[in-house]
Amino acid sequence: MPNKFPLWKNLVIILVVAFGFVYAAPNLYPPDPAVQLSGQSGAMLIDEAILDKAAAALDQAGIGHFGGIADGETALLRLGDIAEQLRAKEVIQAEMGGEYIVALNLAPTTPERLRSVGAVPMKLGLDLRGGVHFLLEVDLNAALVTRLQGDLEDLKAALRKERVRYRNFALIDKQIVGQFRDAEQVAKAEGLVRQNFPELQPQSIPGQNPLSLTLALSAAASGTLEDNAIKQNLTSLRNRVNELGVSEPIVSRQGKNRIVVELPGIQDTAEAKRIIGKTANLEFRLEARSQIGELFKFRDPSSQGVDARLESRAIITGENVTNARASFDENGRPQVNISLDSKGGWAMGHATRDNIGNRLGVLFIEYKTRLEKSLDEIGNLQLMPVPYVEKHIISLATVQAQLGKQFRITGAGTQRESSELALLLRAGALAAPMYIVEERTIGPSLGAENIQLGIKSVSIGLLAVLLFMLVIYRLFGLFANLALATNLLLLVGIMSLIGATLTLPGIAGIVLTVGMAVDANVLIFSRIREELAAGLSPQAAIGAGYDRAFVSILDANITTLIVALILYAIGSGPVQGFAVTLSIGILTSMFTSIVLTRGVVNAVYGGRKIDRLWI
Amino acid sequence: MTQVKVYNFMGIRRLAVGLSVTLLVISAISLATQGLRLGLDFTGGTQVEVGYSAPADVEVLRAQLEGAGFNNPVVVHFGSDRDVLIRLQGKPEEGLSDQVYAALQGEGTAVELRRVDFVGPQIGEELREDGGLGMLAALIVVMFYVAIRFQLKFAIGAVLALAHDVMITLGFFSLMRLEFDLTVLAATLAVVGYSLNDTIVVSDRIRENFRKIRNMSPIDVINESLSQTLWRTINTSLTTMLVLLSLFFLGGELIHNFAIALMVGVGVGTYSSIYVAATVMLTMDIQREDLLVPEKGELVDDLP
Repeated sequence: MPNKFPLWKNLVIILVVAFGFVYAAPNLYPPDPAVQLSGQSGAMLIDEAILDKAAAALDQAGIGHFGGIADGETALLRLGDIAEQLRAKEVIQAEMGGEYIVALNLAPTTPERLRSVGAVPMKLGLDLRGGVHFLLEVDLNAALVTRLQGDLEDLKAALRKERVRYRNFALIDKQIVGQFRDAEQVAKAEGLVRQNFPELQPQSIPGQNPLSLTLALSAAASGTLEDNAIKQNLTSLRNRVNELGVSEPIVSRQGKNRIVVELPGIQDTAEAKRIIGKTANLEFRLEARSQIGELFKFRDPSSQGVDARLESRAIITGENVTNARASFDENGRPQVNISLDSKGGWAMGHATRDNIGNRLGVLFIEYKTRLEKSLDEIGNLQLMPVPYVEKHIISLATVQAQLGKQFRITGAGTQRESSELALLLRAGALAAPMYIVEERTIGPSLGAENIQLGIKSVSIGLLAVLLFMLVIYRLFGLFANLALATNLLLLVGIMSLIGATLTLPGIAGIVLTVGMAVDANVLIFSRIREELAAGLSPQAAIGAGYDRAFVSILDANITTLIVALILYAIGSGPVQGFAVTLSIGILTSMFTSIVLTRGVVNAVYGGRKIDRLWI
Repeated sequence: MTQVKVYNFMGIRRLAVGLSVTLLVISAISLATQGLRLGLDFTGGTQVEVGYSAPADVEVLRAQLEGAGFNNPVVVHFGSDRDVLIRLQGKPEEGLSDQVYAALQGEGTAVELRRVDFVGPQIGEELREDGGLGMLAALIVVMFYVAIRFQLKFAIGAVLALAHDVMITLGFFSLMRLEFDLTVLAATLAVVGYSLNDTIVVSDRIRENFRKIRNMSPIDVINESLSQTLWRTINTSLTTMLVLLSLFFLGGELIHNFAIALMVGVGVGTYSSIYVAATVMLTMDIQREDLLVPEKGELVDDLP
């Protein structure tokens, strides 16, 4: 029989369409504006009683709410009106006090039967729901220099211990360079490095002074260092973002040395930046006993005076600090508990063993940017952001005993001050400094407006194409329209399923896909018309049309797919969103415009004698 | 053999070459002399969008901002006369948006902070490089694909057609002083995809006809092929244009330029798939023999 699909092909089509329906469906249920309540520390129990208290506060303020749930860790209250979301947050925050984090949220309303098969609505990008986007650049160079400085000090100590004499050892341009008096000492030093510092590699530079030794960190070691630096920064950023209590935050690595932070629904950007943007590091240094050390000012001069002199070598840095918590000692006085990683604990024990009774200082290092005036090539005044570093002492306390992995700083003043110190310690627990290189804030009303505009342009564009196809290709136009609608359904379903984020350029990608997806059908139908005109019978024309157009469609779509993939590879955020929708759209449209329309055409015309096609 | 009316497209190809060269020269001159008006994504800097409940006067706002100590703020309307875009130099240090907000609130009119963007200078530079590199990579990969699937002369024709479209789209943006931002870059790459789509479909038909039809000059074969695909080319361009118009008028200010870039690109792409690729192939003297599948065991008479 001509133009009949076997049963399995029809079943596949029906299954795929059903799949599209199920996974696209959650997007039909708009999320409720909600307010989410959680505790400052994970130990706080958020139960029904707290939920009731928050609900009562909303009732008193006359804000309509429903569907409150509390699961022990967080409580969620849905609101009737999105315009009241901000006020609801303020009301609850005022009622509950500073121990609780109140965040804005969008609560999904997907019915249970859809959720049970893993169907969820598409995630909306920041440009559609409002929020803050940061792109941070991790200064790997600084991490490398810090590491080499530590190695340099260790190396000097080892050389002294082995009585290898050198004239001078210094860090020059990411390399450790030593000068010696005779070749024997150079050989001894090199042997020592090879044995005890396997990660430092002696460099042979042509024409180099034979009485010098140049060491660089091995490629593997610096790779590990960079990876660890990024990972550590990611972890501490995640912790800090959690302190903000944002729902669905994104903290992820981008490229070699960048980190993206996206905080949907955040309106108070100042607060977000205070926590995210305050890129900082820590150094624990002993107080200098002579005039050799470096002089630093106190961050808060009221506590211990104006300044103090610390040794120039750091015992440990923020990298080694795993946690810092404010608490109270046996006598109810505020203190700060500090936990270090094992390497940090070892270094701290080693350094404090012989320094009991001396004072240990903590330096808080902030990386900031100021604008500096400069002239460009044509003599115009330009303001360039210039990064600079600020170092302040945040604590200077007497060492009472040899310190290890866990120790505490007491006498940190009031409870407020000890909380502040703990916060600073946590904030400084970063392996490498970071700078904000991109920041975007989208207001919530703009986000809502963008959704409106997106939906409107997609539906009007779709309608126009549907009408056009119907007028030009009549019944076959209807088939193409069916394919187009299914294509949209599949596109939305797949994007929801893989958790792709919908952005405004993504919507533009959908619109473009709608326009281009009909191309395949236009090709096929034009071909069928041609074959009919060439004198083929309707059944033969259908077969020939589909077969001959297939090669063109395949070539055209593969090349477009190549372009979309390149777009994804080079692009960031919004451009990638566009590339993802375009790529998925190409794949789904191939299915719908070739397989699905053929199935429908076969069902209508196949297996019987027909005199003419309504095309 | 044909029922489709054959238009003599290639008959006026010299005119088309003249038109393309003129457009390319204008684009090149504009790009060389005044360049593109790069958006924040590429230049770096800070940009604040605010919304008013009533029409706002940008001159007054500029004066307010300068009064508050901002250096040379650029203040323009964005989409409507109630929305204002402010571009400042430098980085949103602690509370810059608050400062802008405070400076603008002067007259007691309700003002809403809609969007704050800061892009560091290094990001902009990287984007410029990556954008150019991506475009180049796309062209090279496509050329390889077409050379393998079709033939080298087709590949050169297709890539020249793409370069032609991209150049003219960029030239249009340069000439009209439209802002070129990240979404426009994406649109330009989408133009590559679209125009390629068109060119491939036409090339496919040319290949098919070269193989099928004997005893016809290459010009006639190409005319025949272009005529056969003409309605498909027009219909697809029309449907795409329909959705682009919808985006242009309803999509909002943020994707306004995206829609413009694609409309220009699709327009030029439609023209180039008819004229540029085919003309290039003819110039390279495309023959039926270029496209025949070599048959095995063919006897060759090699006697003198």
